[in-house]
Amino acid sequence: MRILEVQNVNKRFGGLQALNNVNLNVNKGDVHAIIGPNGAGKSTLLNCFVGRLEPDTGSVMFDGQSLLGKKPHQINQTGVSRVFQTPEIFTDLTVLENVMIPAFAKRDGAYKLNPFARVAQESEIRDAAEEVLRDLGMADKRNQIASEMSRGDKRRLEMAMCLVQEPKLLLLDEPTAGMSRSDTNNTIDLLKHIGETRGITKVVIEHDMHVVFSLADTISVLAQGTVIVEDKPENIKGHPKVREAYLGEAQV
Amino acid sequence: MTDTKRNDVILLLVVAFFALFAPIILNPFPSDGPLAQFNAGYPDLMQRFVIYGIFAIGFNILFGLTGYLSFGHAAFLGVGSYSAVWMFKLLSMNIIPAIVLGVLISGLFALVIGFISLRRSGIYFSILTLAFAQMSYNLAYSVFTPITNGETGLQILLSDPRILDAPTGTAQPVTSLFGLEMRDTFLAFEYLGRDFQFTYGYYVCAIILLISFYISMRIFRSPFGTMLRAVKTNQNRLSYTGVNTRPYTLTAFVISGMYAGLAGALLACMDPLAGAERMQWTASGEVVLMTILGGAGTLLGPVLGAGFIKYFENILSRINDNVLEAWFAFMPDGMSDFFVVIVHPFVGKGWHLTLGLMFMAVVIFLPGGLMDGAKRIIDWVSGKNRASKRGAKAPAPAE
Repeated sequence: MRILEVQNVNKRFGGLQALNNVNLNVNKGDVHAIIGPNGAGKSTLLNCFVGRLEPDTGSVMFDGQSLLGKKPHQINQTGVSRVFQTPEIFTDLTVLENVMIPAFAKRDGAYKLNPFARVAQESEIRDAAEEVLRDLGMADKRNQIASEMSRGDKRRLEMAMCLVQEPKLLLLDEPTAGMSRSDTNNTIDLLKHIGETRGITKVVIEHDMHVVFSLADTISVLAQGTVIVEDKPENIKGHPKVREAYLGEAQV
Repeated sequence: MTDTKRNDVILLLVVAFFALFAPIILNPFPSDGPLAQFNAGYPDLMQRFVIYGIFAIGFNILFGLTGYLSFGHAAFLGVGSYSAVWMFKLLSMNIIPAIVLGVLISGLFALVIGFISLRRSGIYFSILTLAFAQMSYNLAYSVFTPITNGETGLQILLSDPRILDAPTGTAQPVTSLFGLEMRDTFLAFEYLGRDFQFTYGYYVCAIILLISFYISMRIFRSPFGTMLRAVKTNQNRLSYTGVNTRPYTLTAFVISGMYAGLAGALLACMDPLAGAERMQWTASGEVVLMTILGGAGTLLGPVLGAGFIKYFENILSRINDNVLEAWFAFMPDGMSDFFVVIVHPFVGKGWHLTLGLMFMAVVIFLPGGLMDGAKRIIDWVSGKNRASKRGAKAPAPAE
């Protein structure tokens, strides 16, 4: 079953055709990787899913409804969470508060005026947040201020903030960018762990082939704004079009 | 978490204690002694502490929680005052309708100004609010003269219609709460040379301050308050978390505008006149100073900051050259003149200079305001205690 369907999406920035008739289908439960050389349009495509950019033409359907024309918070409310290239967290707040906020947003919707409720009495929200933190091995850090954590922990926290919402679709924008080998491996393990415990569909944008081939069920290769190949990992490796996109035509 | 609840109750009780016993606590010096001018326990000044405290508490809900720095909150203070005085003119000298109307009308103004200004953030938001406040000031000063009485300011007159309690006789009507006149002293006594005065007006303000403080405390501890702090920290993440930030910031803006209107209405209740200068940008700047000086984002800070600024404004501005000469009279002639000349620019009309220096010192050395200072002292004292306890347990070094 398809959960995300992207059809004929075009996006132009001035003279640059960033996305050129992109078609992409993500199956429910899959880890779908989008790879491609620098400037291929990977981040542009992702930004079209979350409401940061609006495609010029084409359609983006998620779970039976169109995502076009929706604002980021509306798209999140339909069940799409995203992880940023550099972790975006609430740096001044504690780890537990960081995870409770998305849980509130999931329960209360985009806006709720409840100035006389007490955070201290929201035990359901707290329990949900603590459970996710425990699952990701951060339970002992719950009262730490988020800005004081290591980069790997910030990534883990951001992941917890997405998971507490139990999204249908999780978008990851280069989750291992700028990480050391060991941090990268930790992130891979974390994503595998999430995959085993929760059946969340994931779309991963990634540079690192090691990460892609150890996680993905399906890979789409994007080059110059177009999906050139969409296939299983084992068929991607030796594909001539992929080689051409990455190494250039001079090789042919 | 029950711990924070207990701490909140203690904090509320401490504020209540100081608010209710202020007429005694703020009068530590004998009224005919040399230090009498440092007393602050007279009704007029205490009312100003409390009213500006309310103003700053409200401002802190916007600035302290969401980080949106408004430079136009004096507009709401002015709107509150004008509305209250109109209620005195048209309806009755009872302060309740005046306060209610002041809060409602300023809330309405805040809704409109906030709706437009909150389309931008950071410096652009500040400039927009400043522009709105200056517009309000100029309109009140000239264009809306029929409503605001321009330069002279809006006052109550014997010829006012006042539907509920039309004036009888020739005495100037006074503001009251169901017959309790605001300026009335219900208790006054002298003890050890100190004069203590208790007026209804001050206690009305003090009780409203307590209610305002309690509401602000509840907002700080609510999921709503948590969202506002999240707005301050990372708005981008918040919108990708499914939260629509605009209505949250607008609500905070309206709440703080209503607090400002409440403060403005109370000013009019204590002294029933309203002038355009209440809306000027210096008044907006003052509440920013109060909040930052006391500690933005803390519960108690804004109240402390308001008290601090209003105290020094009053005390310093009353010290003139005669007072200075009396202080330095014990010195040889030339020397006392010299000291009077040195101190002169910092007191009397020059009190802003002293306040500016104090503000600079606080911002440079205590970026978290007075609350930061208090916390450092507490940490230092408790750290010292812990260290001395540890020292006592440690085996004595062999000699």
